[in-house]
Amino acid sequence: MANFETVEVTTDILICGGGMAACGAATEASYWAAKNGLKITVVDKAAMDRSGAVAMGLSAINQYVDINSGNNTCEDYVRYVRNDLMGITREDLVYDIARHVDSSVHLFEKWGLPIWLDAEGKYVHEGRWQLMINGESYKVIVAEAAKNALTKYGHQYFERVFITTPLMDGDRVAGAVGFSTRENKFYVFKAKAVLAAMGGAVHVFKPRSTGEGLGRAWYPPWNSGSSLYFTLIAGAEQTCQEVRFIPVRFKDGYGPVGAWFLLFKSRATNAFGGEYMVERKDELGKWGSYGKVKPIPANLRNYLGMLDEFEGKGPIFMRTEEAIQNIANALKDDPKAYKKKMKELEAEAWEDFLDMTISQAILWAGTNVQPEEKASEIAAAEPYFIGSHSGASGAWVSGPKDLAPKEYFWGYEYMSTVKGLFCAGDASGASSHKFSSGSHAEGRAAGKSMVRFVVENNTQPNVDAANVEALKKEILKPMDLFVEFGGKSSDPNINPEFMKPKMFMFRLQKIMDEYAAGVTSGFKTNKSKLERALELLVWLKEDSAKLAAEDLHELMRCHENIQRMYQAEVHVRTILFREETRWPGYYFRNDFPALDEANWKVFVNATYKNGAWEMKKVPVISIVD
Amino acid sequence: MPSYVILEKCDGCKGQDKTACMYICPNDLMVLDKEKMKAWNRAPEMCWECYNCVKICPQQAIDVRGYADFVPMGASCVPLRGSEDIMWTVKFRSGQVKRFKFPIRKTQEGTAVPDGGYGEVTTDLASQCLYNEPAALKLDALPTTKK
Repeated sequence: MANFETVEVTTDILICGGGMAACGAATEASYWAAKNGLKITVVDKAAMDRSGAVAMGLSAINQYVDINSGNNTCEDYVRYVRNDLMGITREDLVYDIARHVDSSVHLFEKWGLPIWLDAEGKYVHEGRWQLMINGESYKVIVAEAAKNALTKYGHQYFERVFITTPLMDGDRVAGAVGFSTRENKFYVFKAKAVLAAMGGAVHVFKPRSTGEGLGRAWYPPWNSGSSLYFTLIAGAEQTCQEVRFIPVRFKDGYGPVGAWFLLFKSRATNAFGGEYMVERKDELGKWGSYGKVKPIPANLRNYLGMLDEFEGKGPIFMRTEEAIQNIANALKDDPKAYKKKMKELEAEAWEDFLDMTISQAILWAGTNVQPEEKASEIAAAEPYFIGSHSGASGAWVSGPKDLAPKEYFWGYEYMSTVKGLFCAGDASGASSHKFSSGSHAEGRAAGKSMVRFVVENNTQPNVDAANVEALKKEILKPMDLFVEFGGKSSDPNINPEFMKPKMFMFRLQKIMDEYAAGVTSGFKTNKSKLERALELLVWLKEDSAKLAAEDLHELMRCHENIQRMYQAEVHVRTILFREETRWPGYYFRNDFPALDEANWKVFVNATYKNGAWEMKKVPVISIVD
Repeated sequence: MPSYVILEKCDGCKGQDKTACMYICPNDLMVLDKEKMKAWNRAPEMCWECYNCVKICPQQAIDVRGYADFVPMGASCVPLRGSEDIMWTVKFRSGQVKRFKFPIRKTQEGTAVPDGGYGEVTTDLASQCLYNEPAALKLDALPTTKK
């Protein structure tokens, strides 16, 4: 076995991840842990300043309920999310995040995040729930508060340690293992409670760009399904694993469209100047009550645009030139004010990209686009797993005691069905539309809940030393394989005894793209295709034992792709189980092409234990009328 | 390419145990060639073009060349990140140049107080309120469905 020193860390609370949810958890739990004499350890695979999905920055905060203004209530937010997810949502969780999110946003502002203010000093809303920010340093600021909280109370954090596998003591989580991506060290973290906050999954499906632009996924490529794998392997029940997200964004660069649609009131038109949102309005009638609500659910808006593409009516253009002109035209009688407004709009349009998707700015500059003069193409991206946005995939967690129906409550909010294992952000399911701010708020709530769990269950679970040694051997195996067989071939990547993680990922992506409703299959699939995907995934799973790594970086890639593989399998199985089409703009079952409220207005939950999958329907219980 | 290191400017962060770009890259892509004392991006096709290496480099030795599989050549976006704002120079393929300056934070680096100055408002571990709520919510009480 490769020579790695084993480093043992014993702690009370282990926070796996370093993104918005993990930072929220660290900030809140640090306080409660110190008060109760407990220790917290945070483990991030990157540097907390720039880890997670907000690493680049953001140009908007997408969840601010603004309860204080009296304009909105948590109930309003629940109705919005419930409709957007076609009726399938955990209202208790959405409500809980909604009631805490405003305090996260107020904290961000106190910590130094510039939020746009109007002349009266009030936040500038991009839409009803969205705030405009100067968010280049959003994550730096949020991480700084988290690190300050950890340091203030004597807790610790590790960077560049990649968590792979949970440690279990019977039905209770006992910690986690992983390895450093910088030195030959194998880490064993023993904990009384563990938070999974390791993001969603990207690169499970073949992306539209497969050359250099492979990395230009809409969601970051370092989201590899770590949360799903960790919680699934621990035995935690999963929910909504069919509810992937497909964002429609500026084509190729994947720049944000929210400001254009909501703030600048831009239209999207096809090759013939037609507007799919107008011309295909009748199609909405096929999707039950969800086709009648405002705002129209994201997946239905997607679907109408996709129908244009399927009929050869693309490209679809975001009419930036028209939108900017419409805003500026109000000032056309005052040339000075007009010029000033145009300049302001131009800066706002570019900042929108430069704060969060710089690639889109390069693409505009590389194609000489001036948004005030020329429209830009938009397109549906490849599918992603992101329970924090308009997808819903994640673990099934307990709700809070004052909100959750009894069926959804087992003592500690945000605890999964595994004792001591908590989830937040993309790791927890059926609580969509929490975005960056709501993930932070959810992390805070989970952080407090974990401290309560440890205070009430204050025993260190047993960790079986032989099991840890076996895990170490298994996790380091890709390095051993390379050492053993690398000499057999003149090309380190082509060898009859092993495969490298990159080709393994491509094989997975091809299966998912072609059989599980990816881009090239027009987001459509059926039972037979899904069964074929499962057949191909069996061989892939067998071959995962033949992954090889030349160095620590490649070792991380090996395990990231094993995580992606399980994300793929749970997705395929859940789509296969749900015999209807409920989110037509995310995926379409051609053998069950309609919404079926009578049989399928339910959650589909999946569990993987001892190598066997169990799928079941779980009732949707409403708490808001 | 996406991010690439300008050989002339990179000094390998003067032989410290890790370079600034290695420290910050969220995808573990930047590595230091210790013989040449130059950093490099080991997997440009896994680069998100997040620019964190570009922004952090003390020598301004890293730039981004847009993904060659869909971006026509000749454009660049060059940031200069200060403590309060960021300056961008956007160069078009046509040669046109635009400059933008945006704020990045309103407080001094390092000074984020975890409780935001709201203090310890709720001290009961059993309460649904987080420790600086309801004050940090700017409400008198945490909303509930009053079951």
